[in-house]
This record gives sequence, C-alpha cells and structure tokens, in this order.
Amino acid sequence: MPEAAQRQLTFAQAIREALAEEMRRDATVCIMGEDVAEAGTPFKVLSGLVEEFGKDRVLDTPISEAGFTGLAVGAAMTGLRPVVDIMFGDFITLTMDQMVNQAAKVHYMSGGKWKVPMVMRTTLGATRRSAAQHSQSLHAWFSHVPGLKVVLPSTPYDAKGLLKAAIRDENPVVFFEDKMMYKLKGPVPTEDYTIPLGVADVKREGSDITLVATSSMVQVALGAAALLSDAGVSAEVIDPRTTWPLDEKTLIESAKKTSRVIVIDEGYERYGVTAEIASVIGAGAFYDLDAPVKRMGAMHVPIPFSPPLEDATVPTENSVFEVARALCNRN
Amino acid sequence: MTTVTERSGASTTKAAQVLHMYRQMLAIRLFEERVNELYTRALMPGLAHLYIGEEAVAVGVCEALRSDDYITSTHRGHGHCLAKGATPDRMFAELLGKEAGYCRGKGGSMHIADPATGNLGANAIVAGSVGIATGAAFSAQRLGNGRVAVCFFGEGALGQGSLYEVMNLAQLFKLPVIYVCENNLYTEYTHFSETTAGEILSRATAFGLEAAAVDGQDVRAVNATASRLIERTRRGQGPGFLLANTYRYTGHHVGDINREYYRSKQEEQKWKTERDPIRNLVGWMLEQKLTDAAQLAKIESELTAEMDKAVEFAVAAPYPALEEVEQDVYA
Repeated sequence: MPEAAQRQLTFAQAIREALAEEMRRDATVCIMGEDVAEAGTPFKVLSGLVEEFGKDRVLDTPISEAGFTGLAVGAAMTGLRPVVDIMFGDFITLTMDQMVNQAAKVHYMSGGKWKVPMVMRTTLGATRRSAAQHSQSLHAWFSHVPGLKVVLPSTPYDAKGLLKAAIRDENPVVFFEDKMMYKLKGPVPTEDYTIPLGVADVKREGSDITLVATSSMVQVALGAAALLSDAGVSAEVIDPRTTWPLDEKTLIESAKKTSRVIVIDEGYERYGVTAEIASVIGAGAFYDLDAPVKRMGAMHVPIPFSPPLEDATVPTENSVFEVARALCNRN
Repeated sequence: MTTVTERSGASTTKAAQVLHMYRQMLAIRLFEERVNELYTRALMPGLAHLYIGEEAVAVGVCEALRSDDYITSTHRGHGHCLAKGATPDRMFAELLGKEAGYCRGKGGSMHIADPATGNLGANAIVAGSVGIATGAAFSAQRLGNGRVAVCFFGEGALGQGSLYEVMNLAQLFKLPVIYVCENNLYTEYTHFSETTAGEILSRATAFGLEAAAVDGQDVRAVNATASRLIERTRRGQGPGFLLANTYRYTGHHVGDINREYYRSKQEEQKWKTERDPIRNLVGWMLEQKLTDAAQLAKIESELTAEMDKAVEFAVAAPYPALEEVEQDVYA
C-alpha cells in the first residue's frame, strides 16, 4: 500500500481514471451500457469519458442487458475489448445466458481458439434504501462458473489497479463495485500500475484472529478490528480481492497464524462466498484452528426497504466485533 | 422494404458457382447421412441434429459471403460449418470427441467453431448466438474491415426475447449483420404455427431491418436474395433479415425416429420428392445444359470417397489426453 501522503481519489474517480487510461492506451477498449455517455451513469462514475472519447467508444444502449452483453461477447471475440456497464448488480440476472453459457464457455468449447476479453462492471451492496431488486450482492453466482473471473475491489487503489488488469485480461471478468463506496477516498498514485488478479491483500496485520472480508465488508472488518484492538484483541484483515482466481495460500497462512477465522461477505450467506472460503480454510488449516471457521453474510431474506429492517440484514462493525470477541473467548 | 417471396427466375448466377453450390449441398447431405450412420452404429457419443433437407439455405447464404466474413450457427449446425469451409475430417473427429476435431473434441456436434473460416461457433442455446453475431458485426464496423456477420437460427429462436434486443441494437448502430431465419416448420416436436403469432417478417420490419422471404429449397433464390442483403449491409446500409422457408427431412435429432405424433409420413415424402433442393437443382442444371450426368456422377463419387475417408480418419483418431480436461478454461 502506498503512503497516505499520496494523491487522494474517490473510489469512483479511481474507476474513471482506470478506464480513461486504458482507453488512451488501447483503441479497442470501449464502454457500453445504459446512460453511460452524457449521464455518466446514475452514480456519475463515468462522467467526462464521453467528452474525451466520443460516442463511438462510450455507447449509450437501450435498456437491453441481455442484448448489449451478448453484443459485447461477440465484439470481444472479434477484436474489441468492451467494458459493459450493468447499472445495478441485480440486473445481472438478465445477462446470465450471455455470461454463463456464452462468455464463460467460448474459449473452452472452441478448444482454446476463440477468446472473450471483456469486462462487466456492475454493483453490489445494500443499505442504500433501494429495496429488494436494487440491493443484492450476487457475485457468488459468477464465482461459481468456470471460465469467468470475479473481482471485488475494496479501496480506490485496488479499484484502479484491478480494473486496469481486468481490461488487459484475455478472459471475461466481472467487476463488482460497492455502490456505497463510490465516495470513499484513498491514496492512488499517478503512475501506471496494475494489480494481478488472484492476489489477496493484508489490509491490517494481527495475531489473534483473521477477518477475511470482501468488497463492502473490508471497511466493516477494519472498523471491527479497531474496536477489537480497544478490547485487547489483535485482528488481521485479509481481502482476497478476487473470488476467482482465489489466493488460497494467503488465506490459509493467515488462518494458521491466528487460529481463528471469520469470513465476512455481503452476498447471501447460504451457499455463498463465505461458505467456499471457510471450506478452503477449514481444509487447509484444519490442524491449526482453535474453532470452526465462522461465516457472516447477508440474511436469507430479500433485502427489505424499511431502514431498520434493511440494516439488520447485513454484517456491521458491531456485529463482526461481537462475533469476533466471542470467538476469542473475550466476552 | 421488400417483403415478398423472391424467386430465382432472373438470377444471373454463373454456371461454375451453381455447380459449386451443388457440390456443397451434396457434401452436406453425404456428411449428414454418415453422421446418422455413426449414431446407429453406436460409434458417436451423444446425439446430433441433422441438416438434411435444409442444405440450400446454408449453401446459398455462405456462397454470398467472403471467407473472412463471420457466421454463427446452431445446434443443427453441420451444414453451416461445412458451407463456410470446414473440412469433413475434422468435423467428424469433433463429433466423435477426438483431439483432431475442430475444438479438440471439447465442443462436439453442437459447438463447432473455427476462426480460420470465420465460424464464431455453433450454439446449443436457442438464440444463444444472436448477441455474438451482432457483436462481430459491431467489431467489423468499428475496425472498418468490411466484414459482414451472418446469424443463422431456426424459427424456434423467434420465441426468444434476446433476438429482438439485438435486432433493435443492430438497426440503431446500422451494423453489418444478416439474421437468417431457417423456418423448417418444426420447433423440435411442435409445428411452428403453434408457437409463432403474427407474421415473421413483420417482426424484423418493425425494427426497420431490410427483410425478405425466400424459397429455402431453391439454392439459387437463396443465393440471389442473400447476396442482395449482404452487399447492402456491407455498404453500411444496415442490417437485414432473411426468412428461408425450408423443411427438416429427419427428426429433431438422430434419435427422433417415430414422428407420426407430430407430422405425417406423407408430408415428409411430399417434401422429399417435390421440394428436394439437390434434386431440383440437378434438374435445372441439366435442363440449362450446365452439366451432364457424367460430371455429376464424378462429383458424387469424389465426395463419397472424401466422406468415407474422413469418417475413417475420425474413427481412428485418438481421444484427447486426460490432462486436457483442465486446459483452455482460461486464455
């Protein structure tokens, strides 16, 4: 991680800068999606790009997620590097055939002859008071499918480096952005850099317990770690940064060191990312664990609108703190 | 916008080209007859969907394409692949799951793909390739390489919403793509009249596509109309839609033997005797003195020898090594 003295960008600015740099570097990179041009998306993440690159490379599409995602698959196979914008992660349901049956399988089914270098950018995260169809975190779905890579940045620095790597990757990559994080600021160097997909990052070192956290949950875990520190518990926070490829080694090593692990992810806990990561750690660090790996994810309910109900569905600093303290026998 | 059925009366197709189309159609028929034989002799794993009876559509359209133009195909795709230039030995090898196949045996009958002939792949999801073909046309337009994409699909795909999403996109972006609807009358085991409301062509003209219907048993008519639509779209005048009315001589797949519950033997017989695309072309060529019996017999014996040799090659070819199972999941 670079020093705090560096330039500070918001998460949204880091995403925009990554796209702009890659579009300057490679004329085949283009963006397509709903309201991506002059509107710059409802989250204003893409503001200014159409002014620099024109409407030929920043394309407003109809509200046809399956249509323009399918178009992007074909465009990626034939010489372009499209970056598709799916406004809300909930809308990936409409792109499933194109991503799961087409993009993910083209390379394998063709015996390695065709490839699909495309990126799908979309969002995740609840607590925005957007109700059940604009609040889900469905990254586990794509992580389940061989042929796709899934990226979950948690800081502006990671967002920029991972997005640039995703655009340069030869495979279909799904890039999930926490929409509550767009205004989060952090240091981002001005020089060109990429972060390889499949390398976890230790966001905070500790010795008593490992908090494995993804995307929106990394800040939650860091907040919980600060509370734990006040309670005399030293928590390590690991961010896998990509659910596939998954940096199993870093996760297992941290678990072996601390002997206690909580996996925190905003997707549904049932059959979710936390289950897979807990299983990897359980198998890899079994003899070093002092307790079963604990999982914390979204409740098994559609995300409700009513604010107190919605807030109850996802892990928080306090809930992670309480679970961690109990796991360390410090209640 | 043309919406009348076009016939080949005024066709100026050259003799050599007609003879080439005859050869291509016969090659497809002989190929498919051997596929059925491989199935009945239990030499072929799985099933295959035969193109017998529909040869004039693939051949008439592909004859109007450049070798670097793109096609996407369907589960009933052997004819499209052969018409676009695939060789029967590697086709048979793929159908048998052999390493020498177009996809190293990993795709099989429904997924033959070949960059060398512009074949973006056959697709086992009905309408699954409509996005890919449209995306290839998008690349062709953006890269300015003058290529055209042809999307083959059966009338069953008319029930899929993604087709209408991409026709809308193609017209908005004026993409060089032709949607070729092969109406063989049966959506698997159901007559298309039970699944298709309204007029087929008006579904395309509603988006402003140039649309035409053609007798899909008349290869010269198919070629003439396809040529017009293809040259028009290559000039940047927008996408086209070709409805080819045809007939599937055999079952939905090779195992669909008893078909009386959805169509009569008399109906099948009538198409085979009165509307056969190969026999009718032969009759016309002889009448026009473009060929003679000796030349036709020579072509048939050459193709028969080629097909038999190709089957022999495929049967003898080795399966891929087991290590290949994890290769080419990612590029």
